Amino acid sequence: MKSLQASHNPLSNSFIQLEVLNTGDETISSLPKFSEKLRALGLFPLKPLNINTLQINVGKMCNQTCKHCHVDAGPDRKEIMTRETMQQCLDILASTSIQTVDLTGGAPEMNPDFRWFVEEISKLGRKIIVRCNLTIIVANKKYNDLPEFFKTHRVEVISSLPYYSSHKTDAQRGEGVFNDSLKALQLLNAAGYGVEGSGLILNLVYNPSGAFLPPPQGSLESDFKRELKLRFNIFFNELFAITNLPVSRFLDYLMVSGNYDGYMEKLVNSFNPEAAQNVMCRSMISIGWDGYLYDCDFNQMLDLKINHGLPDHIKNFNTEQLNQREIVINQHCYGCTAGAGSSCGGEIV
Amino acid sequence: MQIDRDTASALKLNPMKTYYDPADLKKFGNISDFQPELAKKFFDYYGEVFKDGALTAREKSLIALAVAHTVQCPYCIDAYASDCLEKGSNEEQMMEAIHVAAAIRGGASLVHGVQMMNKVKELSM
Repeated sequence: MKSLQASHNPLSNSFIQLEVLNTGDETISSLPKFSEKLRALGLFPLKPLNINTLQINVGKMCNQTCKHCHVDAGPDRKEIMTRETMQQCLDILASTSIQTVDLTGGAPEMNPDFRWFVEEISKLGRKIIVRCNLTIIVANKKYNDLPEFFKTHRVEVISSLPYYSSHKTDAQRGEGVFNDSLKALQLLNAAGYGVEGSGLILNLVYNPSGAFLPPPQGSLESDFKRELKLRFNIFFNELFAITNLPVSRFLDYLMVSGNYDGYMEKLVNSFNPEAAQNVMCRSMISIGWDGYLYDCDFNQMLDLKINHGLPDHIKNFNTEQLNQREIVINQHCYGCTAGAGSSCGGEIV
Repeated sequence: MQIDRDTASALKLNPMKTYYDPADLKKFGNISDFQPELAKKFFDYYGEVFKDGALTAREKSLIALAVAHTVQCPYCIDAYASDCLEKGSNEEQMMEAIHVAAAIRGGASLVHGVQMMNKVKELSM
């Protein structure tokens, strides 16, 4: 499967995605604006609480081409963060008290400077999260030692596993992904990840394999723990249930499958004011592969940079100004406020 | 099949050609337009019924799915197929719930076979 960009799909253009999200057809254009919902709660303009996380997208290259990927990542994407931009991120970390660095991609491990970057962040004593797609660990011999590398730097591993059976996992992430993910999970467990008392954190991510909202996180976590242990003797720490946002390839899926209008209505009708208070963009900055700054990874993929005249590149990073910024919102934000809410760490209510 | 002029005219005025329109599901709440007090009582009750209780919300959704198939309500089938997924049930569990409905429906017919047998025995030498 090719990326939207490689297949010249109009939705690879962020401007067209925003058009679809805002005007679409009669149903879409009649939906209330996200800004109106926030205004009614006294939350507009949306302001940050405190920046405690830098989420850094080190590139769009990936060994998988998942159907729901909001990054439109894949083997045909060549955008990769340079060591120079990584160094700029390190300089910012060294000069601020931001405690957590969340590395994502694509498959972040495919960036040739990934290990150097992790080592340097580790020297700064910050918490490191790597969003590992699991299959990269078994994709090539040179990645087989990743669990040991992660262990050395006390990296917290967060990995997607849509279900504890192959059917749903492979339907979303590609043929054979489930079996390769199991092999990778077993290697992570063997290194101590997800094992009680090891202190090595392995969290899993559940995304719905279709146009519906995630089930309650707690009960789903119990199911995953029971079934993964029973069927494959696999252990993990927590399960994060994350809503699919109508961005990029998931937006394309919604439109092609005829689910777009219904899904957007569902997100809007499930708007939860409590979730709106806790959205992740209030406590993070997202950095793109080319060093530009965004309020979140989804805004990054819609090319909605930090706005309102603020410096929007890592070379001009200004914590004080960023803490005062107005967060850029749009209709896709309903994905983070539906039901129990959603963030890169799962439910937020 | 021939249709008379009046029927043809009525169809022209009313383009709905089936009794069920999927778009009507989201208008369910509109039943309060004609009778608000009873609708409110119903929807309040409905909301309470499906909350976690002695049974989990997930179990209740599976029961609703099975009942939806028994009463053959297409709106309920759409609603609870979606709801079951969002409560964390999988396809296998959902189909087993429908088999429970089917077994009871089939069994309900067959168990009346005893009544038929009783009657036959009553009438026979």
